[in-house]
Amino acid sequence: MKVRVDITLKPGVLDPQGEAVRHALGALGFEGVNGVRQGKVIVLDLATDDEQAALAQASQMAEKLLANQVIENFTVTAI
Amino acid sequence: MKAAVITFPGSNCDRDMHVGLQRATGIAPQSVWHKDTSIPEGLDLIAVPGGFSFGDYLRCGAIAARAPVMNAVVDFAKRGGLVLGVCNGFQILIEAGLLPGALMRNAGLKYVCKAQTLRVATHDSAFTAGLGDTATYAIAHHDGNYIADDEELARLMGEDRIAFTYEGNPNGSQMDIAGILSENRRVLGMMPHPERMNDPALGGTDGERFFNGLVGALETA
Repeated sequence: MKVRVDITLKPGVLDPQGEAVRHALGALGFEGVNGVRQGKVIVLDLATDDEQAALAQASQMAEKLLANQVIENFTVTAI
Repeated sequence: MKAAVITFPGSNCDRDMHVGLQRATGIAPQSVWHKDTSIPEGLDLIAVPGGFSFGDYLRCGAIAARAPVMNAVVDFAKRGGLVLGVCNGFQILIEAGLLPGALMRNAGLKYVCKAQTLRVATHDSAFTAGLGDTATYAIAHHDGNYIADDEELARLMGEDRIAFTYEGNPNGSQMDIAGILSENRRVLGMMPHPERMNDPALGGTDGERFFNGLVGALETA
């Protein structure tokens, strides 16, 4: 089954890329964009069909490699 | 001093590091490939060079930090071996958990490549004991913006583990941090490249002093 890992910067960590996107949106005339935070989505295709096992496995992968928990949070979702 | 330089796919300063170490020690450092599972015996120093290991995929240094050779590097560091990580090497050492914090995209979002003056923030390490108060090395990075939480920054300050700071912050790093030491002061991670300022033809020779100082500190230790 497939599991989606969403990786986002922790609150309070400055996101220079998000800020640049926010400025560009303003330059395009989009008003009222108070903030932009950029993250990553990683889709894992796992051999197991057991949802709990798949989510547990994906969490371990995120902790060990996919996310840097010094600056990033992650969530895992079965899709 | 017996040294080794690790090469990952995408390393591009391994050769410069090799030359820098060889000129200072008179002995060719050993070359170690990222897939090796052990390191040569009797080493004093392992250098993790700059470059774009694994294409900077996922996060800079993230894949290299999980390469087979890194278990041996971490063991070597834990036994008190000297480990130097420059630029991408600094990113790799952080990702491997040998140094705290994180290196994010430069605040100005631009790749910065220039000669950079640094303040030597502590002389209390084998790497910095032989240096003056300032040094000029090359910087060439896109992700050198050092961040750590307030508690970690206070610890680095309190334990005198900030090795180098920038004169005129080029990347947004907290507290102008350009390089930091591990708790045992034997692991140094730094964004600037002493090995790329190691010959008059490259624009300066402060790097020569860096490598000579390191060799001198080891000889007197």
